[in-house]
Amino acid sequence: MRTVRTEDITQAVKKMCIDSNLYLADDMKKALYNACDNEENVLGKKILGQLKENLDIAGNEQIPICQDTGMAVVFVKIGQDVHIEGGSFSAAINEGVRRGYTEGYLRKSVVNDPIIRKNTGDNTPAIIHTEIVDGDSLEITLAPKGFGSENMSRVFMLKPADGIDGIKNAVLTAVKDAGPNACPPVVVGVGIGGDFEKSALLAKKALTNELNSVHSYFDEVSNEYAIKLQKDLYDEINNLDIGPGGMGGKFTCLGVNIEIYPTHIAGMPLAVNMCCHVNRHVKCVL
Amino acid sequence: MDYSITLPFSAEDIKKIKNQDVLYLNGTIYSARDAAHKRMYDAINEYLEKTGKSADNVTSTELYENGVTPIDLTGKVLYYLGPTPAKPGQVIGSAGPTTSSRMDKYTPLLLDLGLAGMVGKGKRSDDVKAAIKRNKAIYMGATGGAGALLSKCIKSSEVIAYDDLGTEAIRKMEVENFPVTVLIDSEGVAFRV
Repeated sequence: MRTVRTEDITQAVKKMCIDSNLYLADDMKKALYNACDNEENVLGKKILGQLKENLDIAGNEQIPICQDTGMAVVFVKIGQDVHIEGGSFSAAINEGVRRGYTEGYLRKSVVNDPIIRKNTGDNTPAIIHTEIVDGDSLEITLAPKGFGSENMSRVFMLKPADGIDGIKNAVLTAVKDAGPNACPPVVVGVGIGGDFEKSALLAKKALTNELNSVHSYFDEVSNEYAIKLQKDLYDEINNLDIGPGGMGGKFTCLGVNIEIYPTHIAGMPLAVNMCCHVNRHVKCVL
Repeated sequence: MDYSITLPFSAEDIKKIKNQDVLYLNGTIYSARDAAHKRMYDAINEYLEKTGKSADNVTSTELYENGVTPIDLTGKVLYYLGPTPAKPGQVIGSAGPTTSSRMDKYTPLLLDLGLAGMVGKGKRSDDVKAAIKRNKAIYMGATGGAGALLSKCIKSSEVIAYDDLGTEAIRKMEVENFPVTVLIDSEGVAFRV
């Protein structure tokens, strides 16, 4: 049994809120730079040039990359040999979000109720997903999610007969419908399988994985088709000519990340979680 | 074409500016997004109901002078923006555009009252496109997710109304060389939206 103090959780979450809003992960940055170098559409290239400069300013002057500093989505893997001490676990996460968004001069974008819509003033509560795993460590992934892209996300309850083509059509439909609204070049999180809510969670989790990756509950089963599906989706999305900022060009997406889970004999749930080019996620292990 | 524009738009500007033109805006713009739009829209409709008037026979000046709207919308440009808080010494925090389509419900009325332009990102409804054409207005796109870069073009910022809305308050801002692309011109011709 190992003890993790809630104050350490709070401090870690605070730092991750701030860091994730100022710096992109290396794989995201590299993909954006690559797009900037290789885009041929004049307006699209101009947008990418602005995004590159924007990243430099954000890092150098500590100004958030985007004004939508998101709702704080937190994935926590709790080792079953961890004992959490010092107070409530979820309160510790929320206190970290509160401190991060307040002390980091981040935007408070959370309202208390979908209809009443009064701002909670400190960007809490976070959206917390926990998973109990083996071991004695606690892994926290923090992914602030902006809603320009979140609003363009979809769940499709496909039928088994729809097959790979059904999956492709649904993902392409979601990306086309999103068009310029989701701030392309986008990252597309694809969750396949599970049930209704599991597919959505897989799609969100996919966004926190390395760029252009495939993960499956049974990798050895899924990889036969999934690696090709990932590549095909990347190419077909980039052939849509939505382009950077929706201005046209060959970089509509920077990446497609897929997560797969077993499902029911009667179904094939598919979720598409759209994310803008500011795909923010950081991880720490306590 | 690229144009440097001094706001408010002149009739000549409105006429020459076409979709896909790149504009560098100089002058005053106002931030307003979802909650500020809803509040103005509800207040205007309440006033119209109370006075028995319609958008055709009421002016923005009248609405402003009667305290219905916090700004006289005539000839103004709204920026769909909710910035991050300014740190000490900063004019404003990160300040990029939000998705325009959420304002579609409110926009035709504001255009009919004399609003001259909007800066945002993404698609607009057919109703908005028709209202843009009817009123000879302009819809401009700023680069989504370039909030740090765009903040550099904002030289002053002051909350002038709806302070209680926090980031959604209405700000009066002076901008210099603020880069936008024309997505719907005054003829109602749209570029990829």
